[in-house]
Amino acid sequence: MKAFLGRARRHVGFLVGATLVAIVLATAILSTVWTPHPHDDLRMALKLKPADTTWWLGTDHRGRDVLSRIMVGAQTSIVVGLIAVSIGMAIGVALGAWAAARRGWVDELLSRFGDLVLSMPAVLLAILITSVFGASATNAILAIGIFNIPVFARVTRGAALTLWGRDFVRAAAALGLGPLTITWRHVLPNAAGVLLVQATIQFAVAILAEAGLSYLGLGAQPPVPSWGRMLYDAQTYLYDAPGLAIWPGLAIALTVLGLNMLGDGLRDLLDPRLRPLRVG
Amino acid sequence: MTIFTRRGAIGLTGAAGVLALFGEGALAQAPARAKDGAVVIGMSLEPPVLDPNLNAAAAVREITYLNIYESLARIDPRGGIIPGLATGWTVSPDGLEYVFKLVPGVKYHDGEPCDSADVKFTLDRLSAPDATAPGKSLYASIKSVEVIDATTVKVTLKNPDSFFLYNVALGDASIMGRKSAATNGTKPIGTGPFVFKERKEGDSVTLAKSPTYRHAASIRLNTVTFKFIRDPAAQINALLAGDVDTFPGFQAPELVGRVRADNRFAVVIGSTMGETILATNNGRGPMKDLRVRQAIAHALNREDLVAGESGFALPIGSHFPPHDADHVDLTKTYPFDIAKAKKLLADAGHPNGFEASLKLPPVGYAQRSGEILVSQLGKIGIKLTITQLQWPQWLAEVFKERNYDFTIVAHTEANDLDRYARDGYYWGYDSKAFKDHWAAVVRETDPAKRAVLIKAAQKMVADDAVNGFLFQLGKIGVWNRQLVGMWENSPTPSIDLSGVSWK
Repeated sequence: MKAFLGRARRHVGFLVGATLVAIVLATAILSTVWTPHPHDDLRMALKLKPADTTWWLGTDHRGRDVLSRIMVGAQTSIVVGLIAVSIGMAIGVALGAWAAARRGWVDELLSRFGDLVLSMPAVLLAILITSVFGASATNAILAIGIFNIPVFARVTRGAALTLWGRDFVRAAAALGLGPLTITWRHVLPNAAGVLLVQATIQFAVAILAEAGLSYLGLGAQPPVPSWGRMLYDAQTYLYDAPGLAIWPGLAIALTVLGLNMLGDGLRDLLDPRLRPLRVG
Repeated sequence: MTIFTRRGAIGLTGAAGVLALFGEGALAQAPARAKDGAVVIGMSLEPPVLDPNLNAAAAVREITYLNIYESLARIDPRGGIIPGLATGWTVSPDGLEYVFKLVPGVKYHDGEPCDSADVKFTLDRLSAPDATAPGKSLYASIKSVEVIDATTVKVTLKNPDSFFLYNVALGDASIMGRKSAATNGTKPIGTGPFVFKERKEGDSVTLAKSPTYRHAASIRLNTVTFKFIRDPAAQINALLAGDVDTFPGFQAPELVGRVRADNRFAVVIGSTMGETILATNNGRGPMKDLRVRQAIAHALNREDLVAGESGFALPIGSHFPPHDADHVDLTKTYPFDIAKAKKLLADAGHPNGFEASLKLPPVGYAQRSGEILVSQLGKIGIKLTITQLQWPQWLAEVFKERNYDFTIVAHTEANDLDRYARDGYYWGYDSKAFKDHWAAVVRETDPAKRAVLIKAAQKMVADDAVNGFLFQLGKIGVWNRQLVGMWENSPTPSIDLSGVSWK
């Protein structure tokens, strides 16, 4: 752990990514107790105010404080990301590990089914689900979560297959341990690093997908603040108040950038092959 | 580099010269197609079919009424009734018999003659016991239709109906040929100044001038294309790019400033018959209680709702258009008062409010007002959850099955106070007092007495707080300055092109 932190301190990408993600997290948590103004207080008399000392990022077309809405919007993004990744991980990892342990037709069936889901673009799949079951934040989360299942299944299966070939796993099998126990005790702990990296990346994908769906009106419904929805509302006012589009756009871009850099950094730091090089 | 500069200089002097010679008008140019008498009209919604007898969508009337089809009478741009296919009519003293004289020699676009048998056919199609017409209740007073001769038709009513003439002037009562009616949904054939050419599903409907129209010489346009563009941003782009010459009903009030900044276009704000209401399911949950509905009425801040429409709307306090002579201002029946609203809600047994659904159709005014109303009702503890519906879903779920708490919709027909007297209408409002009152309105043929009754009817509906009465939609008409003769107001859904021409 000490060595990890030492290496992490020298990895610029990881540090930048971690900082950005920490800022977003802190903002989301802060917004549950404090925002500069109430985020849903609609006052038409105050609409489209430019940024000043009272309204730090100005007000939107309904007279609401943009900064407060971006802060609360961070909650939406994080909740969507967390739940979507959790769904994907919980089911995907189980299926992937099962496929790797059983091999044969189970593996074949699960892998092909995963290919089937992955062959459809994530957003298209999400549009399909939200238009059948209705547009809401919950359905958007489910849709993104479902797309995450084959992603995690595939990564887990790949990592697990390699691990099943390793001597320590074979030794455990030779000692008579069942596949479930081996998966739990030996395979999953050793695949955790890869999964953590994948989770970070999928978190970013989920945030982007939610923004995209909300932009299309298929995600979070007003008045729940969502960065994607804010972008949608802003496009009508691009000429009069470009800030309305810039700030939520920037929030999405920085959060996704941060998560991707954090993911890349984690991959570098957790990759055993790179370890000796970095230690020196 | 030099060439660059010189070209720039020539361009500048050229432009300045044009400005000096022709002044501002030269900037307002008609598109190239104007020379061919062609016009492209932008519409937000696409009609499902093109038969206004059988389909209630406003978009059907906008395209077909006065363009493809004609009715016995027609509604003029000010909302008055003038002769149409009938040159005139006589009414018996008891108000029960109407005799219409038809214009002789009128032919349909397919060459068939239009005679009184077609009038009987159409009115029967609308009012027969087994009729499926959505406007059936408008023609419920018809007892029988008799063909006297080829150009004379007599309609006998069950009871005096002061709305009868208006109703036969509507697009609903478009006279159709016995032979062509069955296919008029897809291939409309009428007697109007324009012939249906083609329809591109999801894109456009094209009409051409009819050579056989009886006043063909007065028709100045040769080709008319209705183009369907739903997204406001796409609407303004099409307009500014010159792909569309007019949006008779522009749906994005927040973008009007940008259209106004473009000298080619005129922006004309007119009135519509569109009372926009927070339609309330009176037959369900807390909304059954008058006090709850009164609380909602007190919680409405119409100033903000009108501001949400960028000011292109007029506040209403009942289900009646403010520009009508018989209108009474009832916006102060339940003035904006949060404390009073909270008290009424508490008296009704909901001190902490309640949760309810708000099902929105996919139209701009509903989207804009929906968000504002969630905030306004939120202040008295009514937590609304928005669900977005497409029109077919809305018609099925909200309008037919009445599976909703609240919705926002504009009722664009004239004289639509009668809906409050209908059995089984989607608001679930069931008031014997109002039904009796409305029956008296329909029977009253004396205009002065009727006006008094109509004013009282507005007040009954407002007092009962049946729905949240929000605002009268404005008609934001946008058209190329070179295009003349467009309707400024919308007394009935129609984009009447018979008087439209390029300068």
